[in-house]
Amino acid sequence: MTLESLQAYNQILVLFIFVLAIFVGFEVISKVPSMLHTPLMSGTNAIHGIILFGGILVLADADTLLVQVLGFVAVVFGSANVFGGFMVTDRMLQMFKKKKK
Amino acid sequence: MSSTIALILIGVSVLFILGIKFLSSPKTARAGNLVAAAGMLIGLIVLCKPDGANVWSHGWTFNYTLIVIGTIIGLIIGAMGAYSVKMTSMPQMVALFNGLGGGAAALVASLEFLKGAQPQQLAGAEIPMLHDVGAAITIPMLFATLIGSLSFSGSIIAYLKLEGKFEKPHTFPGQNILNGLILLVIIGLCGWLTFHATGHNAVVAFIVMFSLALFFGIAMVMPIGGADMPVVISLLNSFTGLAVAADGFAINNNAMIVAGTLVGSSGTLLTLLMCKAMNRPVTNVLFGAFGSSGSAGAAAAGVVGTVKPIQADEVALLLAYAQRVVVVPGYGMAVAQAQHSVRELTEELGKRGVEVQFAIHPVAGRMPGHMNVLLAEANVPYDQLIEMEQINPSMDRVDVCLVIGANDVVNPAAREEKTSPIYGMPIIDADRCKTCIVMKRSMAAGFAGIENHLFYKDNTRMLFGDAKASLNALVAAVKAS
Repeated sequence: MTLESLQAYNQILVLFIFVLAIFVGFEVISKVPSMLHTPLMSGTNAIHGIILFGGILVLADADTLLVQVLGFVAVVFGSANVFGGFMVTDRMLQMFKKKKK
Repeated sequence: MSSTIALILIGVSVLFILGIKFLSSPKTARAGNLVAAAGMLIGLIVLCKPDGANVWSHGWTFNYTLIVIGTIIGLIIGAMGAYSVKMTSMPQMVALFNGLGGGAAALVASLEFLKGAQPQQLAGAEIPMLHDVGAAITIPMLFATLIGSLSFSGSIIAYLKLEGKFEKPHTFPGQNILNGLILLVIIGLCGWLTFHATGHNAVVAFIVMFSLALFFGIAMVMPIGGADMPVVISLLNSFTGLAVAADGFAINNNAMIVAGTLVGSSGTLLTLLMCKAMNRPVTNVLFGAFGSSGSAGAAAAGVVGTVKPIQADEVALLLAYAQRVVVVPGYGMAVAQAQHSVRELTEELGKRGVEVQFAIHPVAGRMPGHMNVLLAEANVPYDQLIEMEQINPSMDRVDVCLVIGANDVVNPAAREEKTSPIYGMPIIDADRCKTCIVMKRSMAAGFAGIENHLFYKDNTRMLFGDAKASLNALVAAVKAS
């Protein structure tokens, strides 16, 4: 395989993952009781905090001041999203658990 | 990327899926959150650059110091937000975190996009940018920029609306057309950037596109009333997920694609579930400008009957000698921080042999599950919380229905009045019980801005005042009787 066809192949594989993940996302929450809607929204909100990875990758290779500044902002935002998200979800769910006697 | 790391990333994806799965059952929910967090941590450790080298094994540069500082600042902001926020303000916090995520997604995509343009600019020559990356990479980057920035500004507006700033819908004639035009311009710019963009022009067009997308997020959320913010936040949450997935495409990170897509699709489903609970199509929520057009007509429609106030002592007697009492909590309970007083009252009634249940409307409060979270905080047992569909058939066997700061979710207009903007929304049939006590601060309309016929029914009594103060008075009176 040439490099180009290898790249195209990789892109198709990535699309594959994307399409399958759409259906998995639908399936896993299809039976969620409404009392867990808020924690679920908060939990998924934390999961998209994975954008922190993107911020780190961009900032790691930053070569101009502009990229450094904006990359830094992206890292701060992403970090607040991921850590804050998981912590706030845990705080919500902690209360659910405590009251089970 | 070595195959070991690829295998680890599969494991990380499984952790995310299991995390979400566990989150959808009460018993495993907390573990689910931790499972997803563990996945995130593992993903962070094995994080690879697009060329396959581990990020952390590179030579340490100033940029890495910046990464560590930035992450710690974000951690502190997140922890302060997460642990200082009151349970009533939880929805705002989710909106805010979501906005930050969206902003980060937009920034990452923009920087990746502009990276291709910079050297050419420095050389001062108009060389076709992104010559080495095809549309397959450019489109996700533009998509992530557009959706991420829209999610950022939209979430901030949603946050402000839930904080009580300009919570009423803001509309003007031709708004939807203007928004449509802005969207068309944005899409046009994206199309042009994908196929014809060159150096300097591309950067300008990109910045215009970015600004328009930020503006569009504001324009999209402003006309929507505060009552619909949960739906909006859920939608923006799934948007951010998709933006993150698109970023994953652009920088070739499968963990980001899986995580972002999972959030995108589950968030979309959650949004639809919420709309279904209100019996309104999602398009109606987003473009209907709820409460502005309909309220005048509904308020004008003749309401029969008079408002009959009642005192706490009398309510206490009704409660103490009832067989079955149903509490319908709403946002008013959250605002008054009255959940602990409610629990105290129900415990007191329970001691007297009164059967007490809570009727939970799926969209009571500001988010689905909002009431459950608050009542759980106040140690109300699970089995007392009954969902709307389960409790409605037996509402006419209820002696006293205590409506605490709920309004639209018990408005019989949703059943009776075809012209009402909330017609068709499922409600808790509080009007069908023997006596309905409505605890409210004033006669002001609910979030939908419409008159509530329940308040004028023959079997309804109004207990005016702050919900917490009223409940404490009730507790004392029940103890005394």
